[in-house]
Amino acid sequence: MEKTLELKKEVTILFAGDSGDGIQLTGNQFTNTNALFGNDVSTFPNFPAEIRAPQGTVAGVSGFQLNFGSLDLFSPGDMADVLVVMNAAALKANIGNLKTGGTIIANSSGFDKKNLRLAGYGDENPLQARSLDKYRVHEIDVTKLTRSALVDSGLGTKEIDRSKNMFVLGFLYWMYSRSLETTIKFIQNKFKGKQHLIDANVKVLKAGYHYGDTSETFTSRYDVKPADLPKGTYRNVMGNQATALGIVAAAHRSNMQLLYASYPITPASDILHELARHKNFGVKTFQAEDEIAAAGAAIGASFGGALAVTASSGPGIALKTEAIGLAVMLELPMVIVNVQRGGPSTGLPTKTEQSDLFQALYGRNGEAQVVVISAHSPSHCFDAVYEACRIAVEHMTPVIFLSDGYMANGSEPWAFPKSSDLKPIKPKFAKPLENVEEKYLPYLRDEKLVREWAIPGTKTLEHRVGGLEKEKDTGNVSYDPENHEHMVKTRAAKIAKIADYIPQQTLAAGEMDGDVLVLGWGSTYGAIKTAVNELIAEGYKVAHAHLTYINPMPNNIEEVLKSFKKIIIPELNDAQMVNIIRSKFLLPAIPYNKIQGLPFTIQEIKAKVLEILNA
Amino acid sequence: MTTPTSNIKTAKDYATDQDVRWCPGCGDYSILKQVQSVLADEGVKTEDTVFISGIGCSSRFPYYMNTYGIHSIHGRAPALVSGLRSVRPDLSVWMITGDGDSLSIGGNHLIHILRRNFDVNILLFNNEIYGLTKGQYSPTSPSGQISKSTPMGSIDHPFNPLALCLGADATFVARAMDRDPKQLRSILAAANNHKGTSLVEIYQNCNVFNDGAFFVYTEKQSKPQSTLFLEHGEPLVFGEGNTKGIKLDGFKPIIVDLEADGVLKDELWIHDKHDQVKALMLTRFFDDNQNAENALPRPFGIFYETQRGTYEDALHEQLKHAREIKGEGDLDKLLAGTNTWEIN
Ligand SMILES: Cc1ncc(C[n+]2csc(CCOP(=O)(O)OP(=O)(O)O)c2C)c(N)n1
Ligand code: SF4
Ligand SMILES: [Mg+2]
Repeated sequence: MEKTLELKKEVTILFAGDSGDGIQLTGNQFTNTNALFGNDVSTFPNFPAEIRAPQGTVAGVSGFQLNFGSLDLFSPGDMADVLVVMNAAALKANIGNLKTGGTIIANSSGFDKKNLRLAGYGDENPLQARSLDKYRVHEIDVTKLTRSALVDSGLGTKEIDRSKNMFVLGFLYWMYSRSLETTIKFIQNKFKGKQHLIDANVKVLKAGYHYGDTSETFTSRYDVKPADLPKGTYRNVMGNQATALGIVAAAHRSNMQLLYASYPITPASDILHELARHKNFGVKTFQAEDEIAAAGAAIGASFGGALAVTASSGPGIALKTEAIGLAVMLELPMVIVNVQRGGPSTGLPTKTEQSDLFQALYGRNGEAQVVVISAHSPSHCFDAVYEACRIAVEHMTPVIFLSDGYMANGSEPWAFPKSSDLKPIKPKFAKPLENVEEKYLPYLRDEKLVREWAIPGTKTLEHRVGGLEKEKDTGNVSYDPENHEHMVKTRAAKIAKIADYIPQQTLAAGEMDGDVLVLGWGSTYGAIKTAVNELIAEGYKVAHAHLTYINPMPNNIEEVLKSFKKIIIPELNDAQMVNIIRSKFLLPAIPYNKIQGLPFTIQEIKAKVLEILNA
Repeated sequence: MTTPTSNIKTAKDYATDQDVRWCPGCGDYSILKQVQSVLADEGVKTEDTVFISGIGCSSRFPYYMNTYGIHSIHGRAPALVSGLRSVRPDLSVWMITGDGDSLSIGGNHLIHILRRNFDVNILLFNNEIYGLTKGQYSPTSPSGQISKSTPMGSIDHPFNPLALCLGADATFVARAMDRDPKQLRSILAAANNHKGTSLVEIYQNCNVFNDGAFFVYTEKQSKPQSTLFLEHGEPLVFGEGNTKGIKLDGFKPIIVDLEADGVLKDELWIHDKHDQVKALMLTRFFDDNQNAENALPRPFGIFYETQRGTYEDALHEQLKHAREIKGEGDLDKLLAGTNTWEIN
């Protein structure tokens, strides 16, 4: 039968099903294949909070959204063009995210009586109901087709059903004219040594592909050409993975040992998992008994002269608070990674939010400034955490690195750097005194106001540090009033001075002196940049600036802000950055907030900016 | 955990120029002195030694040691020690903590460092009170203790610190007292020579808020009767002139009078510091009232010692093994991952 080939610039697919349906794997495979093909990609996995929520229920639905195209993409897309659902609950949970006129590909055996009831549809099958008239609905009995493909495999039904996702994947490869090669390689690797499982999965994958070819229902295939990305060698990377790699790279470039101390928590644990795999790089990981211990271990390692990193999210960061204060007092380098999630308390553990900004900046007792750096996309996690390590080591200070669930689990192509192109990181280890009669002064400072790093094992530098206030230079305990004020101001000035050693603020889109500046930080980058670029194309004088360095901010930030008539600050919280900007610069910045555990859509940002422009 | 010596040092070389700020008469002074002289005797190098403490009177200790040191946060010293030893197995590390610091706020960290068996000497200054915060009862205060926060007497059941530590699989468990310097020094030296976590509980008099808490064990009149000094391979004897002994009747320790009962020394319980079950029984010699009839004496000395691999050695081994099977990490390969593509 003749099939037509249609050219598309950009497609958003949303995969959804039970958490046991292999949705994340399917999504990741489809992403990798498209990325390797040369498309720009951007992904957004959406997990249920419970690991094994009851099967077939809306609470148990796992989702994976992928935007791929021949354009430069910065976000996983607002609304899906194609919704792939493995059961009724998946349809119910996601139908609101499908564009009018979009395509639904449904596994019909996931719409039996039981599944319909569990999803809360009653007796009526929505696939047959009028309510879906505005979409193109394709039913495929994936379960049945998978079972018949493997009828001779000798595998049990349970095992057979587990490869259903391969059928869907194969079918989509057909639909988007993609080769099966990457996924076949992946299957061979994953089931190494279990030939019968390799054969079965490859067979189902191919069955899905051929189904597209032979089935009469599908008449058109699509082609999405490679994107016009900047020249270079690319790979696909997830945010947490990039964070882990950035940390390894920093240790490598600084020639330091790395201790990564952490206590498991969603969505930060994947950094620990990734790092634990790289012991041949000298990476030491320490799964502590709790977050306090993890932060304490990092300080101990830092005192010993190692690059010390601790990571957590939400409640775990709260537990590290006291230790971060100690690191401020000791003036020892340490990086604290916070992969933010919905709060307060346990909040929305699997959802994204930017609500820990105040905590990062102010969440300690006493005057205890730390450096705060935020990444803005999955691949940017690498650069930002590398900077966090560099600043910590070169300025002898704790640095909080902010990521969030959205970028941590999202992925995008990454023109990864060569190790030799990475900025050097130079720890300032103290040398033994030449004159043994001399007394070592551990809190003497250089022009950056930074003290030396005097590590145990070095002769003549024996000294004690602690949480009690220190006398200037000597570091001895001091309760002197003037000295305390001097030390508080000096520690703050040391942080402020870092502004001289970071890049100036630039615009991510648009030009200076416009009508509206959209100021962002964190993972709102993609949605803001796309929205602003679209508005610029429509003729508006708008621009986008995105903060990586939050404390201290770049020296020229005020100049940038003041060159716009209006500033709007979209954030996934209840107005935090906007309050900082207002109080710091006395500017009437306009808040725009969303607190739903979900990222902004491009349309939301666009609509808000237009509202301000037209006000 | 001995570090070879280069030039001979005396106890004074381990002291700093900082004024020691404990209350006059505090038991901490004696412990500080004994630690300094043991380090001198053992020839430990100041530059290779780190003292890490939590918070409390006792935790001021590092400021008075001319080594590297950290006075950290309340209860968390074991965490800092774990991090330091993970990256610097070459150093000699000592941890100083109080009964509140290690058994209340830091209870969690204490049991975990013991099971992991990092190579560190932990000195637990037990004064059965919160000294620094001026006299509240602690997790080791006996029930009924009158303190600032328990004017009608404490209703808490106290910890038995050494039983707790053995329960957490500590590899070296000992008890000493501030007022028996000689005994304290010998135990500290043994702790220093043990590879793995050495836990030494030291009864320390807080003469301001809990004066005399241990006098029954430390003072001449009652000490012989109420204490038992454990020596490996020796029978359990105590009392004036060592005339009393402990015999096992099944699992029940009974006190015998060597003269009156005519019991021979080799019929007595012979201390074997490698026997964990018996060590646990010894930690249960924990009678509050030493005047009660048949009250078991309080044991001092090394209860238990065993060899078990340390965490830092295992960590080092894993890294070595990873390098053997995968080769030294190549950062460029790591950054590239397994799937790359070119855009020209
Ligand atoms: C997080 C925190 N909580 C409470 C305190 C107050 N505090 C300081 S020391 C201490 C108790 C110390 O008792 P102990 O460990 O027995 O030491 P000692 O003073 O008796 O030597 C307390 C409650 C603190 N410093 N930090
Ligand atoms: S309060 Fe007690 S423990 Fe603290 S220094 Fe004074 S006597 Fe020693
Ligand atoms: Mg105490």
